[in-house]
Amino acid sequence: MRFHVNLCAGLCLALTLLNSPAVAIPVAGQPAATPVERSTTDHSKLDLLKGPFKSGPEVTKACLTCHNTAGHQVMKSVHWTWETKSPTTGKMLGKKWAANNFCGSPLSNEPRCTSCHAGYGWTDQGFDFTNQDNVDCLACHDTTGTYKKFGTNAGHPLYADREFEPMEGPPGKKPFKAPDLTKIAQHVGQPGRANCGACHFSGGGGDGVKHGDLDSSLKTPSRELDVHMAKDGADMACSDCHTFNAHQPSGSRYAATARDPHGIDLPKDDRNRATCESCHGFEPHRQAKLNAHTAKVACQTCHIPEFARGGIPTKMLWDWSTAGKMGADGKPLFIKDEHGHLTYSAAKGDFSYGENVRPEYKWYNGTVQQVTITDKLEAYIATDGVLELNRIEGSAGDPSSRIWPFKVMRGKQAYDPVNDTLVVNHVFGDDDTALWKNYDYAKSIRAGMEYAGLPYSGEFGFIETRMNWFITHMVAPKEKAVPCAECHTRDATGRLAKIEGIYLPGRDRNPWIDLFGGLAIVGAIGGGLIHGLARILTRRQENKQ
Amino acid sequence: MSTQRIYIYKRYERFWHWSQALLIIGMMISGFEIHGSYELIGFAKAVRLHTLAAWTLLTLWAFTIFWQFTTGEWRQYIPSLKNVLAMVNYYLIGIFRNAPHPFRKSTVQKHNPLQRLAYLALLAVISPLIWVSGLLYLFYGDWQHLGIDTYLNLEWVAVAHTLGAFLITAFFFIHVYLTTTGHTVFAHIKAMLTGWEEVDGDDGAH
Repeated sequence: MRFHVNLCAGLCLALTLLNSPAVAIPVAGQPAATPVERSTTDHSKLDLLKGPFKSGPEVTKACLTCHNTAGHQVMKSVHWTWETKSPTTGKMLGKKWAANNFCGSPLSNEPRCTSCHAGYGWTDQGFDFTNQDNVDCLACHDTTGTYKKFGTNAGHPLYADREFEPMEGPPGKKPFKAPDLTKIAQHVGQPGRANCGACHFSGGGGDGVKHGDLDSSLKTPSRELDVHMAKDGADMACSDCHTFNAHQPSGSRYAATARDPHGIDLPKDDRNRATCESCHGFEPHRQAKLNAHTAKVACQTCHIPEFARGGIPTKMLWDWSTAGKMGADGKPLFIKDEHGHLTYSAAKGDFSYGENVRPEYKWYNGTVQQVTITDKLEAYIATDGVLELNRIEGSAGDPSSRIWPFKVMRGKQAYDPVNDTLVVNHVFGDDDTALWKNYDYAKSIRAGMEYAGLPYSGEFGFIETRMNWFITHMVAPKEKAVPCAECHTRDATGRLAKIEGIYLPGRDRNPWIDLFGGLAIVGAIGGGLIHGLARILTRRQENKQ
Repeated sequence: MSTQRIYIYKRYERFWHWSQALLIIGMMISGFEIHGSYELIGFAKAVRLHTLAAWTLLTLWAFTIFWQFTTGEWRQYIPSLKNVLAMVNYYLIGIFRNAPHPFRKSTVQKHNPLQRLAYLALLAVISPLIWVSGLLYLFYGDWQHLGIDTYLNLEWVAVAHTLGAFLITAFFFIHVYLTTTGHTVFAHIKAMLTGWEEVDGDDGAH
């Protein structure tokens, strides 16, 4: 049986790799020596790609000449629409709607936020989502590593070199180079870790900020950091698990597969390998006792002992309420810690960071009650008074739930206390209302809400919020998995000390049975001692007589 | 008082006894670590040791049950209430007055009446409690597959197993103490090692 499991997983992996044009096929146990070019097309030899290309959309037009359905495929994907219907709650989510406690809403801040849109030119609500020439092919398919969407150009890269002074960086202008679009267009291929990472490693406004288990250390991770993506591990790319079908990615934060009832996915199946079971099956361990854990415990819970392990800290707290302070020089205040990470930004408030963070654990069945920017907040306030931006559903009694690890992001952010909603905060823009230019919340929130067309009472306050980011990347090698005793312990600091609804051996006990049993043992030993002592004493008396 | 040596514990019986003793001691130590009572060799190792010892003991019992039936030794465990009071009386009073032991061991009657009752309790109550709960505990991962997950819950199984563990541990200490009540403190242990026991009187062997 084990042999079959291994064989299937191996075939599965091999087939994926065969579908990728420019990947090395690793031989089991040793990394491949040189990458084998597997594509049937050498793009650098195509007349269509001779260029020169002066803009992103020009390149896209050339791509679509041959790949004539690709544009429409991309335009159906969440990478383009930034909205998606939750399959569990039916609610419209995605960046357009879902609230988080990082940057807030892209609305009214488009040119900045859409630097991670899989398209060009989403500068405002007038963006044409039906024009396939605006699809950005290169962000995902550049293999040179030189393509870069500029941070404030609504998804466009630079088309000419320029100098720019980053808001929170050291004073002074820094030169930024325009990428060579012609060269890049001639060197396209399957997305690698760095392509996805360009946006997904920097969610929340910087390297490692948002997820905790995704940061630039995963471009070339050590085996210890990520056993799947390490060169001396499986050397896999993101899309080996997050399989794409007609440009639709699999694996969603809004609808995770908390328990995969399907198991190993063969090419004839749904081509969704975004679960561990897709390759590892249901019985991945040699020890039956460990396999038995998978009914209640997600693989990630044991196999990702800590997140932010690659030397890049992740944000654990973001307090927007303190933004706007000016330094002694009258200029916006920015304070950095000894590692160069901002701890205070006049534009964003106070931050705290974490590295090698032990996750928090919760029952999770794949359903997330996500707050959107139009929701009344009352229903989402947790028992401790904190607004739970994405409540995780699940319990011990729910057969589709398992114990999952989470990064719990804490924050304080603006809301409308009268209408009981969150607000759209207009932070970015060269105008007289943007927060990052004027440092005035009254103006920036009014402008944001007006732009979004949402009701606003004119009053704002700050509300404490919490958000659950499930941890699923940075899988450690098996020898670094969480040791049993970190959960199976009576210690209040045990990893699963707060998990309710199950009997956890080593943590739980019946105090009455323990009391009775303890007395029985003490009685047995004590009885023996007293009886024996009496024998010795009576024997002695007899000897005297 | 005349004494006489009889060969009372046969080779397999001694092998069974001491290997079982070793396994049970190992299971007590690892079991209470799994229970969370203390930290000694680590939870993971304790679980492995406990499981390995359980399977070894089950195998040993399979051989032992075969041995009991083929040799007829199983009769040693048939309880009898006769002379139980005499035994209780001896342990409570007689033993301090150097009174003669009311029971004489023989090859057909190795266990005194109180011992028979104690071993019966062990076999009929503690042992099923431990083994049934222990095997269910061990095969927890297969409950669903076996269709028994709706009738059971891990807490009951674990608590039953823990109760059994406490009982056998108490039994263990009493058992060890009672080995010192022979002619000399180590007489019984010596007999269990060599097989030869010194018994009173001249009609010990039949």
